[in-house]
Amino acid sequence: MGKTIPIVDYLVLDDGAPYLVANESIESGALYFDRRNADARSGTQGFRRRRVADTGVVRTFTIVHRAAPGVPTPYVSVVVDLDGGGVVKANLLNVEPTPEHVKIGMKVRMTTYGVGVDDEGTEAIAFAYEPADEES
Amino acid sequence: MDRDVWILGASMTKFMRYKDKDLIDLGAEAALAALADGGVTIQDMDVMGAGNLAEAASGIGQRVQKQIGQTGIPVYNVANACATGATAVRCAYLAIRAGEAEMGLAVGLEKMGKAGLLGASARSDRNVFEPSGRYGSVMSVEGRVGTTLMPGVFAQAGMEYSGANEGVGFEQFAKVAEKNHAHSTLNPLAQYQKAFSLEEVMNAEMMAYPNTLLMCCPTGDGAAALVLVSEEKLRTLSDEQRARAVKISASVMTSDPWTDSDQVQPDVNTLTRAAAAKAYEISGVDPQDLDLVELHDCFATAELVHYDNLGLCAPGEAGKFIDERGPWRDGKIPVNVSGGLISKGHPLGATGVANLYEVATHLRGEAGDRQIEGASVGLTHVIGLGSACAVHVLEKATV
Repeated sequence: MGKTIPIVDYLVLDDGAPYLVANESIESGALYFDRRNADARSGTQGFRRRRVADTGVVRTFTIVHRAAPGVPTPYVSVVVDLDGGGVVKANLLNVEPTPEHVKIGMKVRMTTYGVGVDDEGTEAIAFAYEPADEES
Repeated sequence: MDRDVWILGASMTKFMRYKDKDLIDLGAEAALAALADGGVTIQDMDVMGAGNLAEAASGIGQRVQKQIGQTGIPVYNVANACATGATAVRCAYLAIRAGEAEMGLAVGLEKMGKAGLLGASARSDRNVFEPSGRYGSVMSVEGRVGTTLMPGVFAQAGMEYSGANEGVGFEQFAKVAEKNHAHSTLNPLAQYQKAFSLEEVMNAEMMAYPNTLLMCCPTGDGAAALVLVSEEKLRTLSDEQRARAVKISASVMTSDPWTDSDQVQPDVNTLTRAAAAKAYEISGVDPQDLDLVELHDCFATAELVHYDNLGLCAPGEAGKFIDERGPWRDGKIPVNVSGGLISKGHPLGATGVANLYEVATHLRGEAGDRQIEGASVGLTHVIGLGSACAVHVLEKATV
């Protein structure tokens, strides 16, 4: 098996199941997936790393038909309210990309998929979500 | 010092794609026309605000001055996403309110041509993956980790409203575009002046559901300009100048306060609601008193959520508002009778000045075929993602 690298550094690929990690403001509890100098909510400095849930519900979505060059279409973009806190944007996979099959409020779980291989054979892995309604 | 500011002169070029005029031609044309409209000259101006995005670092205001008159006044060159033009207006407005100027010129100008899908230019991915930036990304995440392109971002804003409120779906969003295309047929300054049926809107190429091509604003070229004046100075001008002047009853800008979802999906609602609330408070105008509104319909989904954000409809009833034709020019509160960004066009830096031109023109009773009869109070709204929001309330008044 070749080497892999996460497409973004808040996706953790270690020996266990992939997961997302956020920077949590110690003062306000606000969660950020990017590097922050201070908390946008409180203005205070000081963060701790927090693993966020891999399940959540779709807050909103769109089905993209005309995209940036090289991006296969149509695809579904979702904003997900994560169980236990945190809001994240990603693609929704394993669903028909039609408004009849994507619903606001639908339960989803995180998954991963390959998005490219570099000249050294390293594969970039992205996170995404997929419907979780079928399973308990 | 706290004093009232009025619009003395206003103009806009036709929005279109110009082959024979450059950016500065457009800005100079709008500025000279606004000065002439106000019965003044560049020699009367004490301050200038200039708004442009594509060439924001190029001293755009000074470049325009070289075509209309270099008098040594301070120039503030601003860029604030799609609120750029309104920000330029605010520069002149604040200088007058502060007592540093009696008259000011604001110009917004942009030349975009046929730019296609903004932000969608191909980023060359590295040959060897290496994390960089605040997200430690190894390649472009667009389309791989959701979308941040405008049609999708505003589609998601609309769908969030749809999910939270009854009676809002694809058809309601499409009705917004049907209306704005119809309105534009009366506006000779609009980039497009062609009506489309609801079916044509809904069956057009899908860009990012629920926004079809006919529900997205085009790229284009154009400029708009205003001459602002203090009330004290206005009192010294001619009867004709005073009679045509329009009062700025509120001028408000906000940025986006922290919300949890705003970190990944721009929240266009909170800052609009905050700006509107403050503008209504300052002006003493109730939204139900408005005779017309020009709001930021960069996409049909955006216009619909702003019916609610600006208080034009009862909370949660934006779908009902469009279903009942409330925002049509013969409806309860006409919205975007210019054709809006969807059909009038959206040269980014010009937009936040052009909507003030539109409302002021109606309040003067000079809007020709598209005139809203008897209009005496109107509101303008723009949003630049990132985000910046400007709301102005204008009133027909006497001085």
